[in-house]
Amino acid sequence: MSVVIIVDNGRIIDPLHGVDSHGELWICDGRIVAAGSVPADGAQRFDAEGCWVVPGLIDMHVHLREPGEEYKETIVSGTRAAAAGGFTGVACMPNTKPVNDCGSVTTFILRTAEQGAARVYPVGAVSKGSAGGELAEYAEMKEAGIVAVSDDGRPVMNSQLMRRALEYAGSHGLPIISHPEDDALSRNGSMHEGFVSTRLGLRGIPAAAEAIMVYREIALAELTGTRMHLAHISTAASVDLIRRAKDRGIGVTAETAPHYFSLTDEAVRGYNTNAKMNPPLRSEIDRRVIIEALGDGTFDAIATDHAPHSVLEKDIEFDLAANGIIGLETALPLALALVRDGSLSVGRLVELLSVNPARILGVAGGSLAIGSPADVTVIDPRKRFVFAEETIVSKSRNSPFLGRELTGKAVLTVCGGRITHAELMPN
Amino acid sequence: MTGQQTHVFRHKHIFGLEQMSREDIEYIIATAHSFKEISNRSIKKVPTLRGKTVVNLFLEPSTRTRLSFEIAAKRMSADTFNIASSTSSAAKGETIIDTARNIEAMNPDIIVLRHSSSGAPHLLARHVDCPVINAGDGTHEHPSQGLLDIMTILEHKERLDGLKIAIVGDISHSRVAGSDIIGFTRLGARVCLAGPATFIPYGIASAEVEVAATVKEAVTGADVVMALRIQKERQQDPLIPSLREYAIRYGINREVLQYARDDVLIMHPGPINRGVEMSPDVADGPWSVILDQVTNGVAVRMALLYLVLGGVKESQDTEG
Ligand SMILES: [Zn+2]
Repeated sequence: MSVVIIVDNGRIIDPLHGVDSHGELWICDGRIVAAGSVPADGAQRFDAEGCWVVPGLIDMHVHLREPGEEYKETIVSGTRAAAAGGFTGVACMPNTKPVNDCGSVTTFILRTAEQGAARVYPVGAVSKGSAGGELAEYAEMKEAGIVAVSDDGRPVMNSQLMRRALEYAGSHGLPIISHPEDDALSRNGSMHEGFVSTRLGLRGIPAAAEAIMVYREIALAELTGTRMHLAHISTAASVDLIRRAKDRGIGVTAETAPHYFSLTDEAVRGYNTNAKMNPPLRSEIDRRVIIEALGDGTFDAIATDHAPHSVLEKDIEFDLAANGIIGLETALPLALALVRDGSLSVGRLVELLSVNPARILGVAGGSLAIGSPADVTVIDPRKRFVFAEETIVSKSRNSPFLGRELTGKAVLTVCGGRITHAELMPN
Repeated sequence: MTGQQTHVFRHKHIFGLEQMSREDIEYIIATAHSFKEISNRSIKKVPTLRGKTVVNLFLEPSTRTRLSFEIAAKRMSADTFNIASSTSSAAKGETIIDTARNIEAMNPDIIVLRHSSSGAPHLLARHVDCPVINAGDGTHEHPSQGLLDIMTILEHKERLDGLKIAIVGDISHSRVAGSDIIGFTRLGARVCLAGPATFIPYGIASAEVEVAATVKEAVTGADVVMALRIQKERQQDPLIPSLREYAIRYGINREVLQYARDDVLIMHPGPINRGVEMSPDVADGPWSVILDQVTNGVAVRMALLYLVLGGVKESQDTEG
């Protein structure tokens, strides 16, 4: 007998097909089907009154920590956190231990992910061991299932290596995801360079450390004619460069993270290591420009850069503490705040969190068309909740949003027709 | 004994001067003044902190500040324990939190912390119950030094309001400058900074803080000139080409001092590189109050130890 899920009374938003209307969404055996096209007896029916029904959210930048640092997160715990946050797919960065720089690590990740609660799209390393020396074997990793390559966590400082990586990845149909940072400028820095860093006596990371490499990546994308995706953009200067590159038709895409449009370097005061990440929280001007660039299409995606760490890495001296925060369970409410204040339309939000990540990575999803895999997220945009430690699904707790009251939440997540998260009760 | 009784000192921890109001600073200095006299007695000891335990946790090398805190505690009859970086477990990979928990088990009344990381006192304070006094953290603040600098200036000038204070040298990497700039401006002084741009931190200029193009400009008309200790580079970051070139361009010497006020005070947090940031005749000359700074350091630290414990005397009649 078929497994049928019916989501009633929701506002169905599918920007790829220009859909924004009230109605029902039917799922049968893992696919989206036309309403009424299959027998409804025995179906699980959810009343989505007041909710939005959107294509499953895709986070194109997470760190799942497995293999190697399972005490921080595992593929299973990380995908459960993803499902709780409304995500049906995540692209996991290769900076695990060992680095995902060969087919066997990719295969391990994908096999482990079968037990997970979301689709996992592994990203392979640009260079062997992400050491910035030799190219990793892209063809082998692609065969094993990677969707892109990146040395994320550290920049590819050698411009010739990056050029060759772009060309070689292009031959294998893989996009490159750049972590744009000039590490000579950022070295030993632990927060944004500005008035706050001066006051706190913390070594600053200038905005130029990012913009310089963003420009290099644009120049290399133009030189090679190959696609380049820029990860976790945090500064106004980078936004300006990306906007101009796009105007000139250069094949770059870009993402930012919820913390860059929600917080500034002021959050570091008191030496809060949960406000430490790389790139760092920037100034209020940067924050505003980031929001504007989400609205005008300069940014293609919102990605969390979900980076779990334990107290061992976080409850220590600020300059020694690890970079990164968890983000899967807060991304949606933080992005919804931009919809509420009019900075983003609902359709644009869905593009940023689902349609575009699927397109950039070349994976399924981002669509509610009949016949598509049933990756669906139901969002209650008015649901209020306190982001409290005890409610966190991720294994780690390193978030600057702990204790915050947030508005808007995924209340039902369906991944491939399987319910991976439910706060709505079937009736 | 603590001057005006109207002010309530409400700081459990001393992280820096940023947390202090003008009234707080004046109250600490007034308290320090009342303690300074003890150091001039033949029996330099009062029972004020008898039975109290002060742990000096110095996880970065320092002789002068540690000694000053130790003398301050002993003059008030507290028991002191020194844990220095060489004897601590930091070298063995024990974290500051582990160290703090172990110290906590000894029931200290105050922990005085010197640490190479900015914000380490904040971290420590989250893990212990007792007050924490910052004895210098990274490039953040060195509040007791800032306070003793203020006390020294007040002794000679009676006020900071309207004074021009030049600070010359590596402002970016100086926790002393961090505290001095806040303290001086909060008490109404105008601060003028000088040094090569590699030494001037981002965003420091404000209504009360000016960045001069040259040492001469900073020193001209100054009531106080403070020189900071110079290092050629830090963390593989090239800051100046040589100490020689620095001394020629930015060193405080007799020649440049002729532009300062006649009654200018020369200060230095020490230890001085004689011939680099300051010529020897200036350091040892008549304007120099560098030794007053050392004396006042003990008084200020006595005041801080006293005030964080609520300013409560263990026994009456301590002043005799
Ligand atoms: Zn990165």
